[in-house]
Amino acid sequence: MVITPTHYLVLSAALFVIGIIGVMTRRNIIVIFMSIELILNAVNINLIAFSSQLQNAVGQVFAIFVVCVAAAEAAVGLGIILAFYRNKETINIDEMNLMRW
Amino acid sequence: MAEALTFYTLAGLILAFAVLVITARNTVHSVLFLVANFLFVAALYVLLGAQFLAVIQVVVYAGGIVVLYLFVVMLVNLKRPPEAHHDPRRRSRLGVTVALVVLAEIVVIGLYGYVQPAGPAAAATPHLVAQNIERVGWALYTEYLIPFELASMLLLVAMVGAIVLAKREL
Repeated sequence: MVITPTHYLVLSAALFVIGIIGVMTRRNIIVIFMSIELILNAVNINLIAFSSQLQNAVGQVFAIFVVCVAAAEAAVGLGIILAFYRNKETINIDEMNLMRW
Repeated sequence: MAEALTFYTLAGLILAFAVLVITARNTVHSVLFLVANFLFVAALYVLLGAQFLAVIQVVVYAGGIVVLYLFVVMLVNLKRPPEAHHDPRRRSRLGVTVALVVLAEIVVIGLYGYVQPAGPAAAATPHLVAQNIERVGWALYTEYLIPFELASMLLLVAMVGAIVLAKREL
């Protein structure tokens, strides 16, 4: 039984959907950020599966860029969460409506 | 056969831990499941012949980002969990209806695609293990040098932004 890129794509799609469900259903903003990390990981699996299939390192280079952007996003996002928590004492996204009309 | 067994084991563990991340009630448990998920994804990268990415995954994700998450989770200790709050304006039924319509649409599109599937994917060729880091480094420092420098600028800006946001007063 040979593992084709299709197997990796299905795994990646499943991980992506789990991440989307987490973003949609949870109200805790820290868990939502973790779901975003799951989504970025799904993208990375996709890129590396194709890189391995085509024997081309470009996919891995782009995966490194994705990791880089994920690190930047986590740093800034968690900084925003801390600043918000200090002012409002909540991390519930339903109560984060400062900028809603 | 061994490769298939490894892949299915890793895939099952990755998906199981991903589900645990988004279903755990306690946020600290969620973060710990996320670490396990990242480690198994790193093992999957090794299976795909991307050893450098596997090391990056362990060092940056499981080592750096998750510590940041744990730090924030410990800092915002909650007396009242966010899920206890009920938004009176939320339209759950409308949302479920829209989601079902979109799901039906996706299923129809998928059935159309299934009638005429794409050509069979070629079998994976053996990986060039020893040359992985060399090839990635070569691509990173020649063809993608400017994006690489832009990524370092992005990290610098993100670092400054995080410090400015988290500082009490400047």
